[in-house]
Amino acid sequence: MTSESRTSDSETLERSAPVRVARRPRGGAPLALLLPAVIGLTFLVLPLIGLLVRAPWSSMPQLIGGDAVWPALRLSLICATSATALSLAFGVPLAWLLARTTFPGQRLARTLVTLPLVMPPVVGGVALLLVFGRNGLVGQWIYQQFGYSLPFTTAGVVVAETFVAMPFLVLSVEGALRGADARYEEAALTLGASRFTVFRRVTLPLIAPGVGAGAVLAWARALGEFGATITFAGNFPGTTQTMPLAVYLALQDNPDAAIAVSLVLLLVSLAVLFALRGRWTTGTH
Amino acid sequence: MSALDAHLAVSRGGFTLDLVLTAAPGEVVALLGPNGAGKTTALRALAGLAPLNDGHLRLDGEVLEDPAARVRVPTEQRPVGVVFQDYLLFPHLSALDNVAFGLRTHGRRKAEARAEARQWLERVGLADHTGSRPGALSGGQAQRVALARALAPQPRLLLLDEPLAALDARTRLEVRTTLRRHLAAFEAVAVLVTHDPLDAMVLADRLVVLEHGRAVQEGAPAEIARHPRSDYIARLVGLNLFRGTADGHLVELDASREVVADGTVLAADDAHHGPVFVAFPPAAVTVHGSRPDTSARNQWPVTVVGMELHGDQVRLDLAGPLRLTADLTPAAVAELAIGEGSEVWAAVKAAQTRAYPA
Repeated sequence: MTSESRTSDSETLERSAPVRVARRPRGGAPLALLLPAVIGLTFLVLPLIGLLVRAPWSSMPQLIGGDAVWPALRLSLICATSATALSLAFGVPLAWLLARTTFPGQRLARTLVTLPLVMPPVVGGVALLLVFGRNGLVGQWIYQQFGYSLPFTTAGVVVAETFVAMPFLVLSVEGALRGADARYEEAALTLGASRFTVFRRVTLPLIAPGVGAGAVLAWARALGEFGATITFAGNFPGTTQTMPLAVYLALQDNPDAAIAVSLVLLLVSLAVLFALRGRWTTGTH
Repeated sequence: MSALDAHLAVSRGGFTLDLVLTAAPGEVVALLGPNGAGKTTALRALAGLAPLNDGHLRLDGEVLEDPAARVRVPTEQRPVGVVFQDYLLFPHLSALDNVAFGLRTHGRRKAEARAEARQWLERVGLADHTGSRPGALSGGQAQRVALARALAPQPRLLLLDEPLAALDARTRLEVRTTLRRHLAAFEAVAVLVTHDPLDAMVLADRLVVLEHGRAVQEGAPAEIARHPRSDYIARLVGLNLFRGTADGHLVELDASREVVADGTVLAADDAHHGPVFVAFPPAAVTVHGSRPDTSARNQWPVTVVGMELHGDQVRLDLAGPLRLTADLTPAAVAELAIGEGSEVWAAVKAAQTRAYPA
């Protein structure tokens, strides 16, 4: 009970339902379940341990700061953050449209939005090339008008990462919007707020945790992006070679650098889990 | 001249609301009715949150909605304030910023809006809670913040949806008094929705009783309490109510299944001709173990089908040629040795009944 934190709560106390304690069957787990569970857990944890055991701890600072890693790490951070910003700018309004309005073809739109989630990223890269390539549907026009070609540039990395990352944000924000009580928005309307003011001052603050979680997920997905990036933007050190690409390449001639970079990415993933703690990791909301 | 002139026709999924509602400036009108009668729908229609299918809505001569002429002023442009049933205070804003919200949207600068919001909170007695988040306020305090928030932009129509329903009995009494004071001071029209007759009678100048989407009775609270025209109101104000046809002092009651048997006649104090209502309080009914030896015309053999304590009286539910309730003292109940299923006689003195045209 939170009686101390409330100023006057006689009525809330009276109305609160008794706390229900989840009951678990007593006794240990049967071996038929325990054994595969332990194997599964080991399988998931062992690679991480391998990474930690084989890490070249003594030469870590030089490896990460060196020419092989630092440019890729810097590029990865810039591109993933830009992709997240783009996802926010377009994804939040898109999620709002899907959750708060009805329009013909909405179900189809929702399906298409989630398609990049299940599509192999390489296929996404090929599709992006067909659209934004120098001879692509849109790319051709861009090249003729501005003499600019998106593929194999840093901007191309951002586009590829946005393509695979935005669905995570849209789904997360749409879920938050559906969970938020739309009657607060009605209350804001009765107070004379325009639809956009309602969105800015009421809806957005209410769904902020969902937007934050979506942005973190999208950022993590963009940071680890490999297939679409290498297909659409190539693998040029300094301009399009992001961390996952650098890891893959380094594995062939400088395994220690690959391990060091992998550890950095692992650290980032752990930070993401920490940022999202309680949202997915506890099994409840 | 009426400030509010509305004919609200809304149909939605098998439910139809068809309500004519007018109010003078400064008048407080209560929409009273059972759950599902369409009270909240009416309120939402007034606020512009539920579109009218037909009818019209005019406020101070300005057309807010007229489906026939394709006029519809959106919610955010209506001079309407709403106190929602569970208040819907924005959880991410302090009490002060909740009240300032409507002032900001009406073009006030931030500092100005906050200063004015502070005055409103002082007015409702919450000067010490300006910085509190809604989650830290008690139900009664949240209700007052919601009232201040709705009043601050100076609406010309104030709507209150079950303003006291979420409060416990003790807070309710206190908030009702505060609310009454603010409503009395409010110069524009206020419409409140409630299923509680006491709230309606204390807060409103005029009641509109709504059942199945239609107004079944309208008038001053005292008038409605004295002359109910529907079973719902009769139950609320605790009267036995029957409908019938009067011929002088005798009223032949309309037969209705399980309530009034065919040919039941009741002698009333007032003489009328034609369709009438007859009402009498449960206290006017006397109960006897055998046929009373009086000249009273209104006496019937009845069976006790229900008993419950009602204040310091025992309220009996009696079934016979007509279904009626009677209030007895516990002592009388013990003396007559009445229990559920007992066969007794019920009598009503004609002088204690009231008949009025239907």
